Amino acid sequence: MELVQACKQALVLLFSGNGDLWTIIGISFAVSVKAIAIATPIALATAFVLAFFRFPGRGLALSTVNTLLSLPAVVVGLTLYLLLSRSGPLGDLRLLFTQKAMMIGQIVLCFPLLVAWSHAAIEAAERSAWETAITLGAPPWRAVLTLLHEVRFGLIAAVIAGFGRIISEVGSSMMVGGNILNYTRNIPTAIALETSKGSFAQGIALGFVLLFLAFGLNLGLSFFQRRVTPAS
Amino acid sequence: MKRTPRSLFALVLLLIPAIAWCAPALLRLATTTSTDNSGLLGDILPAFTNSTGIQVQVIAVGTGKALRLGANGDVDVVLVHAPPSEEKWMAAGNGVNRRYVMYNDFVIVGPPDDPAGIAGTKDAAAAFKRIAEHKSLFISRGDDSGTNKKELILWKDAGIQPAGHWYRAAGQGMGKVLAMAGELDAYTLTDRGTWLAYQSKLPLKILVQGDKRLFNPYHVMAVNPDKYPDARYTDAMQFIAWLTSVKGQHMIGAYRVKNQQLFVPTAVTHH
Repeated sequence: MELVQACKQALVLLFSGNGDLWTIIGISFAVSVKAIAIATPIALATAFVLAFFRFPGRGLALSTVNTLLSLPAVVVGLTLYLLLSRSGPLGDLRLLFTQKAMMIGQIVLCFPLLVAWSHAAIEAAERSAWETAITLGAPPWRAVLTLLHEVRFGLIAAVIAGFGRIISEVGSSMMVGGNILNYTRNIPTAIALETSKGSFAQGIALGFVLLFLAFGLNLGLSFFQRRVTPAS
Repeated sequence: MKRTPRSLFALVLLLIPAIAWCAPALLRLATTTSTDNSGLLGDILPAFTNSTGIQVQVIAVGTGKALRLGANGDVDVVLVHAPPSEEKWMAAGNGVNRRYVMYNDFVIVGPPDDPAGIAGTKDAAAAFKRIAEHKSLFISRGDDSGTNKKELILWKDAGIQPAGHWYRAAGQGMGKVLAMAGELDAYTLTDRGTWLAYQSKLPLKILVQGDKRLFNPYHVMAVNPDKYPDARYTDAMQFIAWLTSVKGQHMIGAYRVKNQQLFVPTAVTHH
């Protein structure tokens, strides 16, 4: 049967150290790890501000973040494409069809998720952690550290979920990355290409990598989520 | 408002999937993006449906995938442009009744300032060689399509193994690759049909054309009914007959995009 055969070939490809395949996997990880590393601190600061300060427009900001949670990747891709195209306002940066462009797309995609999840984590944390630290005479930066320590598991869960979203994202990477071999071809765009070529084995091999990864991420996620709500 | 009886509602619920399931099957045609995107099929298929009553469902993909769909029995008839792959496909018993329908041609396009200096060359392989020597950016389809295969043959003719930073295998359709070449001031090989459709939006121009090697023959093949008895073989044969009839061939030859003929019919010879 076609499916069984393709799966077999896929496993052979994966474990025979097929160079092309592992380059694609490497690019996927390099881009998404960098994207999440850049997005996390900014998202964290945003979530912190949203959780601890009351200012006009805060409610609007929160619902904007929640709306953007379901932002389709192709919409991000299209917007970014129009911005980065040489006829677009940022065309002079010459970023279109580079890994940087893919990273920007992925940052935009995971940012709302990171903000929403870490905001929820910080809100859920006892405000007292912060207040106690301040009362005990800790400078504000120490108080922030104490708070971060309190909500660390929630934040890790946010990062895992964000990573899960962008590592499997195809719409934006395809549009602004261009699926260029050895450069901007990552796992999802490669799967799209291999399927369109009718060579299913490599598509399935890459699918395995994503599935395996999703499984690992979910294990981690449920582990940390359990830590967030201590059994008492 | 009168309430609709519940039984009627249930009946409708049952009927919808039944109708959907029993809807008349269509002749499924796997073809390349070049025949579909150029508007040729949209132009000639209604005439075929009119004269035969057969509806055609077009699945426009790369040549590699089109042949794969045929080999898997997912379609009934295949219209593609990569003779060596087609011959292998036929030899493997996937199809019957292969007919030469028409050809169109490829052109090499690139930035108007032409950094590699290929404009005016009649020899496509020599032009490719110059692009490689100047390490000018070249975007390859890289998707195993007919255009991609033609490109690889030209590199072989030029005696060059294309690799390096200047050679980018995009793995996308012709329209996307043209847009990419426009963005990056790069050269690429394109079929004339897609080029005409996208030309006005691109800062590129045709630099090389007319080489015999740039001709692009299209063949139609029916999926082997012995391999897939449920394939709509008779309809597929009617389609092939119509495509290679005087009427079908005339319509192919008369099809114009921006006042240019795209496809030259070859099945019926003039006398």
